[in-house]
Amino acid sequence: MKLDANIPPGPLAEKWQQHCFSSRLITPANKRKYTIIVVGSGLAGASAAASLAELGYKVNCFTMHDSPRRAHSIAAQGGINAAKNYQNDGDSVYRLFYDTIKGGDFRAREANVYRLAQLSNNIIDQCVAQGVPFAREYGGQLANRSFGGAQVSRTFYARGQTGQQLLLGAYSSLARQIKRGRVTMLARREMLDLVVEEGRATGIVVRNLITGELESHAGHAVVLATGGYGNVFYLSTNAMGSNVTAAFRAYKRGACFANPCFVQIHPTCIPVHGDYQSKLTLMSESLRNDGRVWVPATPGDKRPPHQIPEAERHYYLEEKYPSFGNLVPRDVASRNAKEQCDRGKGVGATGLAVYLDFSEAIRRDGSETITRKYGNLFQMYEKITASDPMATPMMIYPAVHYTMGGLWVDYNLMSTIPGLFVLGEANFSDHGANRLGASALMQGLADGYFVVPATIAHYLAQCPRQPLSTASDAFVAAQREAEGFIRRLVALKGRRSVDDFHKELGRLLWDHCGMARNQQGLEKALARIPEIRAEFWENALVSGSGAEFNQTLEKAGRVADYLEFAELMVHDALARRESCGCHLREESQTAEHEALRDDARYSHVAAWQYQGEAEPLLHKEPLAFADVEVSSRSYK
Amino acid sequence: MSAEKINLTLKVWRQKNSEAAGALATYTLRDISTDMSFLEMLDVLNEQLLLTGEEPVAFDHDCREGICGMCGAVVNGRPHGPERETTLCQLHMRHFKSGDTLVIEPFRARAFRVVRDLVVDRTAFDAIIQAGGYVSVNVGGAPDANALPISQKNAEQAMDAAACIGCGACVAACPNAAAMLFVSGKVSQLALLPQGHPERRERALNMVKAMDGQGFGNCTNERECEAACPKAISIRHIARLNREYLKAALSGD
Ligand SMILES: Cc1cc2nc3c(=O)[nH]c(=O)nc-3n(C[C@H](O)[C@H](O)[C@H](O)COP(=O)(O)OP(=O)(O)OC[C@H]3O[C@@H](n4cnc5c(N)ncnc54)[C@H](O)[C@@H]3O)c2cc1C
Ligand code: FES
Repeated sequence: MKLDANIPPGPLAEKWQQHCFSSRLITPANKRKYTIIVVGSGLAGASAAASLAELGYKVNCFTMHDSPRRAHSIAAQGGINAAKNYQNDGDSVYRLFYDTIKGGDFRAREANVYRLAQLSNNIIDQCVAQGVPFAREYGGQLANRSFGGAQVSRTFYARGQTGQQLLLGAYSSLARQIKRGRVTMLARREMLDLVVEEGRATGIVVRNLITGELESHAGHAVVLATGGYGNVFYLSTNAMGSNVTAAFRAYKRGACFANPCFVQIHPTCIPVHGDYQSKLTLMSESLRNDGRVWVPATPGDKRPPHQIPEAERHYYLEEKYPSFGNLVPRDVASRNAKEQCDRGKGVGATGLAVYLDFSEAIRRDGSETITRKYGNLFQMYEKITASDPMATPMMIYPAVHYTMGGLWVDYNLMSTIPGLFVLGEANFSDHGANRLGASALMQGLADGYFVVPATIAHYLAQCPRQPLSTASDAFVAAQREAEGFIRRLVALKGRRSVDDFHKELGRLLWDHCGMARNQQGLEKALARIPEIRAEFWENALVSGSGAEFNQTLEKAGRVADYLEFAELMVHDALARRESCGCHLREESQTAEHEALRDDARYSHVAAWQYQGEAEPLLHKEPLAFADVEVSSRSYK
Repeated sequence: MSAEKINLTLKVWRQKNSEAAGALATYTLRDISTDMSFLEMLDVLNEQLLLTGEEPVAFDHDCREGICGMCGAVVNGRPHGPERETTLCQLHMRHFKSGDTLVIEPFRARAFRVVRDLVVDRTAFDAIIQAGGYVSVNVGGAPDANALPISQKNAEQAMDAAACIGCGACVAACPNAAAMLFVSGKVSQLALLPQGHPERRERALNMVKAMDGQGFGNCTNERECEAACPKAISIRHIARLNREYLKAALSGD
């Protein structure tokens, strides 16, 4: 297989426009003859489904949730980037592009990222037109804040609920199309397989989560927007249901999986506090605008924070990175927190936490301003920890948050299976080895509102329009396989809960494929994962049957996929013997513990192809940089 | 954070599916850490049930941080439990004492069918939004975002109204199972913003009509919805909805 990214020719700034111009179109009258399946209704899926329906396509949209409004995008707090330069602080499309490429440690495609920066401005316009209540200045203009990895203020926000408001905007556009009969919404359906006929994606198999029935659905193209796989670690900031199932089944049907080991570990999360813990809560990166990160200067200092005098505090980020200070990118902030804790300077009961302190900002701006900016986040923190950040510094620690890896897609967002498009966090496209804050929302909406509506026509126009049917052998076989999978799961009547397996897998990955990785640890994980999987298939305990609403069964299916997928992640981490962005190979670091890239050997996207029982096959898409100078990333 | 361990008696609504009859079942839980969230406590119960060969309690949840609106149950008569402005997933066990008995039931309303145990069907809310909870604008051609200044006050009030998470606690709390607070959030948000003005009239009429059609009750100013709302959505928005509706009805063509 040869990976062709299909990057259009021409100067970087003109590629997208030229590409749209030279792509084939479908007339409005013909569009309604096409049915498009959209799986997922988060920011990426809902925006795609609504936009495709507006264009005239018939859309069938699926979500495992009871409503599109529940998708995990709802939880995004901090904001969304755009190169509007409303602050007149020197921002531009090029700067947003450059920051994103550099933030991703030069492991993303130039052409995709440039397009993203260009479209960022249209997104804000669109969202405002929908009635998204972004924060405003006194004069009525839109307000901005800063996020890590940038020296300009380009992040638009709606209090600490930006994801919610953007998703509700996309959801409202989707609702309008549902009402008009252009979108059929199929909720509480979980995708269990992709159907491929004559090399093209032509449909999906889903399980109706209420009745347990399996259903096959055919379409002229399939759009996957099923989110990220951070929950493979069990504990993460993702919602409980976030899964790799849909993407992984597509991988098993031939879609390459790119950079699976690129997982973002977010520096500011509420630390773990007990074994029963089911998830970790993010404290938005926007807090680093005003919060100062510190630890006691002396290892083992157990005094409460207010008893530690200024001179005995170590503001390690400000000291080490004077130009970006507390706003270094996430991977850098996370790694430094771990390093301080490894040196015994961690705080709190477990020693696995650092302080995020607002006292100076409160003194400077007054408590009213700080409450207005962060009130709801502080409230959330207080609910969980019973401690008030206005009075005592927050305690934070890194946690798994976002997956830069995902299904490989070309410039058109099409995977290696023709007719299968992948959007949002489920693809690998724009963030390289580290995503900058406030750019996932931007990417999901760019993909859904603007990119796929333009690129899908070119695909559809090229292939003959077949009548839709789910009677073919491929559909029958896929549905039968899904049935077999469910049957095998409900037959599991062992002695260990599915959660228990998931926790063990998560701990293994956190230890060996988390913030720091090395050959030995990765090999250990690679040996252990198949053992956990084997035990799962013997000793897991799944209650109830397949023919009913059964949450234990749902969970079991997702964990079964994670148990296979984890191995792919570790393979990828092993093969990339360099450090870049989130991926720190201990064998490859500078004297100051910064990631040391090896551009000569690893300036590529690693795309893995499924090989059945055999080891997956690695394909490399070389990355070429013509418009930026590839430098070693410095935030000092 | 000094966690204690408490013992609890739970009486949980068990109902196999929409058609089956339901009843409360009693369970005892020991050594629950007060640092746990309410849903983590239910996780512990479910693990216990599973390992003793009983079916776990079905309950909806996803984000576990108070924003997706999936979770929710009536705890000792109060939707989302005893703490104000707190969803069930954000409620922590430190608000309970050892020896407490907790009665846990689904959000009940004619428009919310029980799917299983504590899981209810809230798609009636989606139907209401589909009736008009949007601005009819297609992608493409939107003017520059700053071309339309909006006063900070209006933007903030619109955000207050838009904070609704669609959990349904307002309906469960209302003696009439009305959905006025839910509907008013959306109508109010779009009435406060100029983008919403062209369709203001139809929106109010159509959303109220859809609400009635879905089987929600009438508002008789009980104010229980406001007290139960985990996002503190004010009944002032209901007043605005009533104004919008009246204006629309009076200007009928
Ligand atoms: C706590 C938190 C805060 C964040 N804050 C920010 C921020 O401030 N700024 C920013 O830019 N990014 C932020 N992010 C990242 C960002 O929110 C996500 O990357 C983005 O929203 C993902 O959108 P999506 O549409 O790709 O996927 P999702 O929103 O996760 O949607 C996935 C959809 O797929 C469906 N689905 C999944 N699997 C299946 C299946 N097997 N079958 C059927 N349907 C399925 C789901 O039901 C859902 O509808 C944050 C993330 C988290 C976790
Ligand atoms: S689980 Fe999302 S609001 Fe409670």
